[in-house]
Amino acid sequence: MLHLILFLFFGVICVAGAINLLAQSHPINSALSLIVVMGSLAAEYLLLGAEFLAAVQVIVYAGAIMVLFVITIMLLNAGAEERTKGSRVAILLGVPGVVIGAVLVAWTLLFRSNTTSVTIGALPGGPQEIARLLFHQFLLPFEITSVLILIAIMGAVVLASRPDAVAKRHATDTPKAMPELVGAGKER
Amino acid sequence: MSIATFLIISIIKSVVVIGVLLTAVAYSVWLERKVSAHIQNRWGPTRVGPFGLLQPLADGAKFIFKEDLTQPHVYKPLYIAAPMIAMIFAITSISVVPFGNSIYIPETQVGHLFTIPEIDTPLQIADLNIGLLLILGVTSMGVYGVALAGWASNNKYSLLGGLRASAQMISYEVSLGLSLIPVLIKSGSFSLRAIVESQQHLHWNIFYFPFGTLAFFTYLISAYAETNRTPFDLPEAESELVAGYHTEYSAMKFAMFFMAEYANMVTVACLATLLFFGGWLGPVFGNGLLSIVLPMFWFCLKVFFFMFLYVWVRWTLPRFRYDQLMAFGWKVLLPLAVANIVVTSLYVALTS
Repeated sequence: MLHLILFLFFGVICVAGAINLLAQSHPINSALSLIVVMGSLAAEYLLLGAEFLAAVQVIVYAGAIMVLFVITIMLLNAGAEERTKGSRVAILLGVPGVVIGAVLVAWTLLFRSNTTSVTIGALPGGPQEIARLLFHQFLLPFEITSVLILIAIMGAVVLASRPDAVAKRHATDTPKAMPELVGAGKER
Repeated sequence: MSIATFLIISIIKSVVVIGVLLTAVAYSVWLERKVSAHIQNRWGPTRVGPFGLLQPLADGAKFIFKEDLTQPHVYKPLYIAAPMIAMIFAITSISVVPFGNSIYIPETQVGHLFTIPEIDTPLQIADLNIGLLLILGVTSMGVYGVALAGWASNNKYSLLGGLRASAQMISYEVSLGLSLIPVLIKSGSFSLRAIVESQQHLHWNIFYFPFGTLAFFTYLISAYAETNRTPFDLPEAESELVAGYHTEYSAMKFAMFFMAEYANMVTVACLATLLFFGGWLGPVFGNGLLSIVLPMFWFCLKVFFFMFLYVWVRWTLPRFRYDQLMAFGWKVLLPLAVANIVVTSLYVALTS
């Protein structure tokens, strides 16, 4: 009973955070709503008995990836976004699309799936079970994924460095004046 | 144990632990001032109480009665939320820190009406089997307080401080997490209680030469950077950035950042004690009350040692340059931690 109440509570927070993410006009508020979504998802995993996944969700997504998002928003000095014709079209098409999708998923889960209910903690969710799965049964896919990520990192380094461009700028002109670096922005 | 008993015990433990933590935070500020003064051949606080021992109370009163300025150019919601975020995550991580053995109280009758039920509880708010991961997760969330404070203040120095802090904290978090893995390989659990119990009979992880020793030093250095302490206190480098991310904060809001910093130091010191110095393990004699109090005393003594080390290092070493800091974290500490993991797991796999 207590589990169900907590599960619903975090579910409501998660959905509210997701809606707020879309509704906010300033990118930093959207990023913070995304952090709330990640955190409440971690709580849901915890309630389902997948404690390792919950911890990793917080450490990796909420604690590392979203920090990079927030830093990027701060560095780019992004202001509030403006509403354009495109965003109106997106609302007109998106809201019915989401409703249809949600109804379809709910209908499938309620009437078409033949899954039986599982008690909490019955499925493997501890660090030992996950480690055994990752490093025994799925070792090859795991290693291939890590190589894939390594390639992505190398690509990012190549794109970011561009040694010829840097050398050319150093050779020809003096560096341009830095754009003014301020925090939350003046127009408020 | 019924739910009501469990709830009451948990509340009592939480209140006591948070009270002790906040007192420890206040007195580590006193320790910092006193030790720094003696290092610089001064006296430090002497006026309020014997040895200036009531100084933390005077500081607290000062912070409460100061004017709480909110500049007109700040982004208010996040400006107000940032110190709270910093404080909340700094305090949360203490919840899984075990500080002693368990208590067992048999069912006792008090008077005629009231019975204390049988109590058997570990000296720790919650004994989670992912305790260590929870601390790492909560610490990684603590970055937001600092980063958002810098951004919401709408001030160049604050923003630079916030950016430096977040970049530094996520860089060193990697080597902090990786430096703990040799300990986990040895003890085979994420539960802090199980990790401490695997170090019985002076088999402390610091003496697990060379793996545990190396892990300890990588952990210690990363932890100093993670808590933004000298020699890695670039986020608030006062000679370049005024005061970094808390330039625009005053009164209790500033005090919350200050308390969060010291609470993080206490947590990191607790973690070092638990993972490498055998937690509450130590010579225990006597029975009854003494067998409960002595382990707690050993734990506090070890934590105090690490707090003292923090202060000692701060007033001894100069500050790093920012590029040196980043190069040290990514090019020295991280490869060292990864190599330690590989060698330790090879050793464990070959010998066990």
